[in-house]
Amino acid sequence: MADEAIIDPAHDTGEGVRRRDFINIAAVSFAGVGGIAVLVPLISQMSPSADVLAESSTEIDISQIATGQAIKAIFRKQPVFIRNLTPAEIGEAQKVDVASLRDPQSLDDRTKPGKTNWLITMGVCTHLGCVPLGAGEGEVKGEFGGYFCPCHGSSYDTAARIRKGPAPKNLEVPPYEFTSDTVVKIG
Amino acid sequence: MSFPWANEYKPSHPFMQWMDEKLPLPRFVYNAVGAGYPVPRNLNYWYNFGILAGVCLMLQIITGVILAMHYAANQGVAFDSVEHIMRDVNWGWMMRYAHANGASAFFVVVYIHIFRGFLFGSYKAPREMIWLLGVTIFLLMMATAFMGYVLPWGQMSFWGAKVITGLFSAIPIVGEPLQQWLLGGFAPDNAALNRFFSLHFLLPFVILGVVILHIWALHIPGSTNPTGVEVKQESDTLPFHPYYTAKDGFGLGVFLLIYCAVLFFGPNMLGHPDNYIAADPLSTPAHIVPEWYFWPFYAILRAFTADFFFIPAKLMGVLAMFASILVWFFLPWLDTSPVRSSRYRPLLRKFVWFGLLPDVLILGYCGGSPAEAKFVLISQLGSLYYFLHFLVILPIVSSIEKPEPLPFSITESVLGKDDGAVLPANPAAA
Repeated sequence: MADEAIIDPAHDTGEGVRRRDFINIAAVSFAGVGGIAVLVPLISQMSPSADVLAESSTEIDISQIATGQAIKAIFRKQPVFIRNLTPAEIGEAQKVDVASLRDPQSLDDRTKPGKTNWLITMGVCTHLGCVPLGAGEGEVKGEFGGYFCPCHGSSYDTAARIRKGPAPKNLEVPPYEFTSDTVVKIG
Repeated sequence: MSFPWANEYKPSHPFMQWMDEKLPLPRFVYNAVGAGYPVPRNLNYWYNFGILAGVCLMLQIITGVILAMHYAANQGVAFDSVEHIMRDVNWGWMMRYAHANGASAFFVVVYIHIFRGFLFGSYKAPREMIWLLGVTIFLLMMATAFMGYVLPWGQMSFWGAKVITGLFSAIPIVGEPLQQWLLGGFAPDNAALNRFFSLHFLLPFVILGVVILHIWALHIPGSTNPTGVEVKQESDTLPFHPYYTAKDGFGLGVFLLIYCAVLFFGPNMLGHPDNYIAADPLSTPAHIVPEWYFWPFYAILRAFTADFFFIPAKLMGVLAMFASILVWFFLPWLDTSPVRSSRYRPLLRKFVWFGLLPDVLILGYCGGSPAEAKFVLISQLGSLYYFLHFLVILPIVSSIEKPEPLPFSITESVLGKDDGAVLPANPAAA
């Protein structure tokens, strides 16, 4: 190995890693790591903020919902449908062959044990996010008797499962629990 | 770069000479859009639309900056602040109508400008970069227009935002977190409105930057022309000023006449009445449609109703919609014909005028119609033809077509003869 003291770095074509190469790569790498680290706050500031997340649970009194009725509540600034199914609607949902569905789920999968009549789903069409009709008094329920999205014609059945139209999934069941017989906590 | 016979900038006034030494901005303007920029002598009115697009951009920036002085980007007051602009701000109604209809005018002009490119082969070598930058500008325009439409926070604004950001949820795995990240929430709300306002203010200046690159790239080979034959000699060109400043000025007058007719006599003609209802997250309008300039792409989005192998229908629609514009990026290489202008390409000319153009218009009509079975079927056929045009018809036509004879030069096509063709000064002969 030559004496380093007399090698002109600019004209050094010899083998091996020079001290300058090491410093170059180390400096640029470190600047790169710093640059990437700066991206973290720049990107993550756009995610839902603390106050938006703080509103992510809501309690609803369901004592006034008669059999066959539905209400629209708000959860995470989006509509939630709470529906008190009639025995006929439950029967209709249960006689469908689950395997034949686009998004195979039974009514029992979508409700709490012993509370099969309480169908709680997001009121957000899984296609592009419109609010389906069918929860309000006198709204069309589509050909499967559940919900009907007017935007692109998706029809949901009495268990809010997708049966026809472009939507890929059943109406989402949000996380919820019954805190008493008349109060449900969503989120 | 310019042609060697371009007029040279010679400032006569001592101040302009002083200026030219310190900051040669007048020289730059002179060489860019003045007498120092030679342009093909045979440009027709199709070639007005580049300048008109620039005028529209400036119009949008000026009216937009003014509107931003009176608008409040907050979910609680945005809708009311737009009504405040309409009713209380001096000339506010005019600023808002000028801006809203200015967006439509901008898209009309840009669509014609793009169609000019299809007709005269403007995308072909050596002008590929101009075309790529142009498609980039168009994508930026679409993003800007979408976010601007959300700002009044009416029903169409809200549900448009929800549906369009919902497109991203179609992407597997990352889709839903991505949508929440874009919106800053689970549905469009204050966070989304604020960031859309911020970006809607920013993007026009990004567009302006890309427009400068677009024009820079244009000034290297110079404009194409209806014959598609490159400039060979001085007799093929005219100085931009006064010849094309005058021609563009006349075109601008006609454009402003039509624009003002809409602005003052039918300012809501192209809008949706639903957007005069404040946003309501619990009730979707019966018929959600985007603004007219997105209709063809919206039709392609909705054309996919069945799963395509393992790709769900929703994702397929989204991919197809983006692909319908991204395919333009490949146009310079999909069209392999050595002849530039469709004026001398009998087969391509027919496919552009009687295939692509009506197809896009029909797609547009379907995109603006409710999602009924017949419109979906027509959209499906229209989308199929759209992609066939670019991916199959264009490459095949390019290789089998027998072009008509080209004129020797622009001069010959204009005057019927070209003395330059035999002169030694002609670089082609030299």
